[in-house]
Amino acid sequence: MRWAAANETARGAKDVTKMDGGVAQGPAHTPEIDSAVSIKTQKAAMPLYASRIKVHPKNVSGIYRNIKWAMLAACLAVYYIAPWLRWDRGSFAPNQAILIDLPGRRAYFFFLEIWPQEVYFLTGILVLAAFGLFLATALFGRIWCGYACPQTVWTDLFMLVERWIEGDRNARIRLDAAPASLGKFAKRTAKHASWIVLSLATGGACILFFGDAPTLLAELFTGRASASEYFFVGLFATTTYVLAGFAREQVCTYMCPWPRFQSAMLDDRSYVVTYEDWRGEPRGRLAKRPDGSDPFVGRGDCVDCNACVATCPTGIDIRDGQQLECIGCGLCIDACNAVMDKVGRPRSLIRFDTLDNQRARAEGGKPVHRLIRARTVLYAVLLVIVGSIMLVGVVLRSTVELTVQRDRNPLFVRLVDGSVRNAYTVHVLNKTHAQRDYTLTLEDLPGARLSMVGGDGAADRLVLSAKPDQVASYRVFVTLPDGASTKHESTHIEFKLRAADGRDQAERETVFIAPPQ
Amino acid sequence: MPTKIEKDAVTGTDTTGHEWDGIKELNTPLPKWWLYTFYATILWALGYFVLYPAWPGLSGHTAGVLGWTMRGEISESLAQAAAAQAPFVNRIGAASLEDIAKSTDLRNFAIAGGRSVFAVNCAPCHGAGAAGSKGFPNLVDDNWIWGGTLDDIHTTIQNGIRNSNPDSRIAQMPRFGADKILDAKQIDDVAEYVLSLSRRSRNAAAVERGAVVFSENCEACHLQGGVGNPEMGAPSLAANIWLYGGDKATLVETITNSRAGAMPAWSERLDAARIKMLTVYVHALGGGK
Repeated sequence: MRWAAANETARGAKDVTKMDGGVAQGPAHTPEIDSAVSIKTQKAAMPLYASRIKVHPKNVSGIYRNIKWAMLAACLAVYYIAPWLRWDRGSFAPNQAILIDLPGRRAYFFFLEIWPQEVYFLTGILVLAAFGLFLATALFGRIWCGYACPQTVWTDLFMLVERWIEGDRNARIRLDAAPASLGKFAKRTAKHASWIVLSLATGGACILFFGDAPTLLAELFTGRASASEYFFVGLFATTTYVLAGFAREQVCTYMCPWPRFQSAMLDDRSYVVTYEDWRGEPRGRLAKRPDGSDPFVGRGDCVDCNACVATCPTGIDIRDGQQLECIGCGLCIDACNAVMDKVGRPRSLIRFDTLDNQRARAEGGKPVHRLIRARTVLYAVLLVIVGSIMLVGVVLRSTVELTVQRDRNPLFVRLVDGSVRNAYTVHVLNKTHAQRDYTLTLEDLPGARLSMVGGDGAADRLVLSAKPDQVASYRVFVTLPDGASTKHESTHIEFKLRAADGRDQAERETVFIAPPQ
Repeated sequence: MPTKIEKDAVTGTDTTGHEWDGIKELNTPLPKWWLYTFYATILWALGYFVLYPAWPGLSGHTAGVLGWTMRGEISESLAQAAAAQAPFVNRIGAASLEDIAKSTDLRNFAIAGGRSVFAVNCAPCHGAGAAGSKGFPNLVDDNWIWGGTLDDIHTTIQNGIRNSNPDSRIAQMPRFGADKILDAKQIDDVAEYVLSLSRRSRNAAAVERGAVVFSENCEACHLQGGVGNPEMGAPSLAANIWLYGGDKATLVETITNSRAGAMPAWSERLDAARIKMLTVYVHALGGGK
């Protein structure tokens, strides 16, 4: 019943719009714009699980559109240029600045080289990104969604291509409705071909982060790349083609989890796209009055031209208030400002503003801009804390690690001369890009002697060498002579590893096991 | 049979025309995407039947035109692995044991390969950690019955001990008691002497008597002081490391009935390169000389 009632209301609203459109005359009134009804209004007339109503966003120009173009260019530039940056790491490591080397089990990011066990750096980066997003959202609403999200960037790019080939909103609507013809076929073919090229370029660039970019690119084009590389190019090309070409705003509305919980970061002092309904309503078509008086007396500034709806990439009507589908791109602001200029009313009927300010403005008060609030301070502090931890972690990152695995089968060995021996597998992780020698010593077990497979016999220290950027494994024996008994069956001992140049060291605790006396 | 298809007033959807006790069912067909995916899986299955083994029969199954089998796939990947290992395996086959042990690369490969050969072939007797058990020698310590150099170990693995291979290592300790070579008193004395070699005897008089028996009967193989002779497969009796146990009762039993553990000649089952890898692995367990 609730739905039926909603349907009735929505239908009624639509009829009213149409009737108004029939009698209204005004500078902003054109038949095409007239037909723009927000997708929400159209959807309300439908049952649940309605199929998608195609959105035909109209091009617009203005400050936010320019910012969006700039962000588009910047994001694409980062994406396509990043794999080509070089970073000299010497001859033992790849010289690609940003590289995730899966077969080699390394990730490189400029000066930073991450080994698999240091994946917490990645966690740190993700936590930083999350808090950065929280902070940006608390301050300026969904600017990530509107400007920087790959879904937004690629959708914008695909719409640009679509506009070049098929024309702007009205031309596209006409083309959709037109019967099949050679011209329509040619335009459609050109559009999809361009999209596919863009998709392949997207998928192709994606895998360049996972291998040496110049080599990989040459291999891709000469058919020498591996099947898995072609698979991932195809996979990312397909997702790009589908998500940016067809799914578009549905990704934001239905698929993406972020809009669902972003409201937890927003409050009444966050800057979001707002419609000044106190100034705009009651809306109506702009009509000349017979007596020649100011047509805006006694009514709102909104001339109901639907320019904001026509330009919205998610097809909503911002005048309905805050809504889940709004990605905060501000294109409706540009569209409305252009109309306001034309009809001679003040700009910013739709504007980036806080809900608090909107209330204040409605009551004639002064807007208050408060960027520093408990919420933003909290996010900023968390950002700084995690950032500091990361920084300290990176600065203090050790260039050598030692791991020790003791033999458990057998736990110990008694030798002919009565001494007791334990065996350990010692791994030396040399994270530098040079061959290094290390001295291994043992603490807490007086009288014990060290020896190793391939070594020169027992000594109180061993020299272990490790190749650049490699893990070296040694089988090390600790022998306790007959008579130098231990107090307990199990004795805590510590291996110490020191780089030959004395700067780096690593320790690892383990136990030495001897039979009970 | 559908009787009366009508439009439902609330939803605007047609009914199926079925009616049960006044309950009418709306005709809401499967989603198109689901239906076409379903058809696609049917087509896929038809293709699969033709290409791959699919239908069971009484004495087998349809083979499929691709001739694919799981067994074939695994032999293919085994062949690939063997091909990838071939350069190293060939080098190991050509190199001497000393050279393998000296070269870091070859040694690491041999130890890794030897470990897997050991786990499959040797661990059932010598244990996964090679620490042995009663009757099966510990290979981790430095006490060797047939010698602990690379060459000694290699010969032992290759030819085995007390088996039918013509090159097998053979040593037979007499059954001193069972064959009436020594009487019970003498056996008891010599056991006491053997205990004294690892400083565990408290009967000095028996030790003295046993020493005489030992020099007359045992020293030929176990040498003076019982230090053992790897040339003859005579274990050391002074190291306090025992294959069958070192308490007096076990020693008496060993002297009375003798012992004769056997080991297969692995040259009959493993190729030369694998025996070399196994040798280097056993040598590197820690006791190698």
